[in-house]
Amino acid sequence: MKVHRMSKQLVTANRLHDGAVVYLTINGGWTTNVESGFVSNKKHKDELMVMAKEAVDAQLIIAPYLIDVEVVANSIRPRRFRESIRAKGPTIFSTMED
Amino acid sequence: MYEYDQTDHTLTRERVIEYRDQVSRRLEGKISEEDFRPLRLKNGLYAQMHAYMLRVAIPYGVISSDQLRMLAHIGQKYDKGYGHFTTRQNLQYNWINLEDTPEILKELSSVEMSAIQTSGNVNRNITSDPYAGVAPDEVLDPRPIAEIIRQFLTLHPEFSWLPRKFKIAVTGADEDRAAIKVHDIGLKIIKSEAGEIGFEVLVGGGLGRSPFIAKTIRGFLPKEDVIRYIQAILRVYNIEGRRDNIYKARIKILVHQLGIKSFAKLVEDEFKASKDDILLVGREEEERISAFFASPDYVKLPIDYIGVVEASTNDNAFAEWLERNVTTHKQAGYAIVNVPLKPLDGVPGDITSDQMDAIARLAEKYSFSEIRATHRQNLVLPDVAKRDLISVWQGLCGINLATANLDRISDIICCPGMDYCSLATTRSIPIAQRLNERFKHLDNILNIGEIHLNISGCINACGHHHVGHMGILGVEKNGEEFYQVTLGGSSSRDAEIGKIIGPAFSSEEIVDAVEKLIGVYISNREVGEQYLDTYRRIGPILFKEALYDAH
Repeated sequence: MKVHRMSKQLVTANRLHDGAVVYLTINGGWTTNVESGFVSNKKHKDELMVMAKEAVDAQLIIAPYLIDVEVVANSIRPRRFRESIRAKGPTIFSTMED
Repeated sequence: MYEYDQTDHTLTRERVIEYRDQVSRRLEGKISEEDFRPLRLKNGLYAQMHAYMLRVAIPYGVISSDQLRMLAHIGQKYDKGYGHFTTRQNLQYNWINLEDTPEILKELSSVEMSAIQTSGNVNRNITSDPYAGVAPDEVLDPRPIAEIIRQFLTLHPEFSWLPRKFKIAVTGADEDRAAIKVHDIGLKIIKSEAGEIGFEVLVGGGLGRSPFIAKTIRGFLPKEDVIRYIQAILRVYNIEGRRDNIYKARIKILVHQLGIKSFAKLVEDEFKASKDDILLVGREEEERISAFFASPDYVKLPIDYIGVVEASTNDNAFAEWLERNVTTHKQAGYAIVNVPLKPLDGVPGDITSDQMDAIARLAEKYSFSEIRATHRQNLVLPDVAKRDLISVWQGLCGINLATANLDRISDIICCPGMDYCSLATTRSIPIAQRLNERFKHLDNILNIGEIHLNISGCINACGHHHVGHMGILGVEKNGEEFYQVTLGGSSSRDAEIGKIIGPAFSSEEIVDAVEKLIGVYISNREVGEQYLDTYRRIGPILFKEALYDAH
């Protein structure tokens, strides 16, 4: 099956009150689920960052930035390995994690 | 151990009130993140990859049972039920909510703990020998002077804006268990030929992207001058340190660029110029502080306890634990019990709240309510009567902390790496876990013996890879994780920076590479040699051939 890959971006940040990794959604909210993030073309990045700045001013998030993702079979995959770990959590095996 | 006086109590209480107000204003939007960041960092709160991380100071690694119980409680109530011991003898929580932090600091202050100066360009937690006060090879207990330095440099106005962070380690023993030669200032308590007690002062050691072994700046410094001498070093550093470039701002670069002679001249000039400063550690104050660290009430006990001898004959696991994890105490009839936080199925340095509670109970019952943290991310019960060793071992077995692996290949120093840390460029914990999986049987089969294997997830070297007998440094190349190997490092008395053996290995290759290196050591070791001895005798060539010739 041919996999359709498109280079896209979404906005990520950390939530102010607990530092959790969050992603901007289509309605301007923030989700911890990367799959619910709003994937956009690079040409919209300025508008996305304006929305993020509003969330910073509203004390919802800190340190927003854009990440490159690819959409593979309707699944959002961060391009950088570091962002995969941010999206999924620590990769270690431990009995201490929830 | 030291007990807070009125000044300490006032300071921590007022800090909590001040910080609570800062957090409230941040959450209300009255302070921007940019303005808040240095304020939270002054209270040990970092923003990491998945959450806030809170670093709690454990001055010179000494913890009471009550304090450890509080650390357990905080882990349970505000985190995910665990904490992580670091190479600065501190404890970190990985999953903290911002709004909880003022209450956490308040709870910490109730047991005389804080997170003050666990971040920022100030003097950080002073580290020391985890066997302080109980080591047989000790000239003098280093804890009193470590406490005096802590008080001197806590919120010191002149040294609150240093060019970069600053780390001091003190030891009073001949064997260096505090890695003093890789610190900004290393202090070693020594006795002169005339029998006078003083310090050998070392300066300019450090790891990170430019590793250096500290150089001796004073072969013998009279004991009473130590605070004024530290002041002189810090004053020279404060003025001459490279504030123009963050990568060159540590004192090690200044010492390296000026040369130790020129640097020493500046320090000695400043030292002379400050001779009228009221900074002598007076005998009265020294005695007052030292009294907090008086030996506990040891009872007179036989050198060996027959029950322990019998148990070690009958139970291999106990015998192995006794041989590897239990060390000689200065007091007849007592032993130092090491508790490596390195179970083979765990994460180096991690400890659950339940384990903390259990160790607090064991210390209360069997070690005068005192515990030590080590720079190798382990714990120590410093004062265990030999007759209680079986009970302590059984207690540790019950919490999966009786693995007999002190200074063995699974006793890995490991930074949090890219699983937690914002600065890291690669993961380190999964490498440690895969190495443990590979060697869990091989260690015994091959009888690998003593080896310090240290892993860092980036060039900042929090996992001390430069001074591992075998060091692993994670480096990112085109978005992929690679691991560079250094050999021959040491942080002990014979401190040395390890040398890079060759090109880095992929994540898939690194565990095999370590096994090949161990194979070279096993094939070439002579009777009585440990890994580092063999490496030093035969040099890197055979190791290099084993790694790269087949490629």
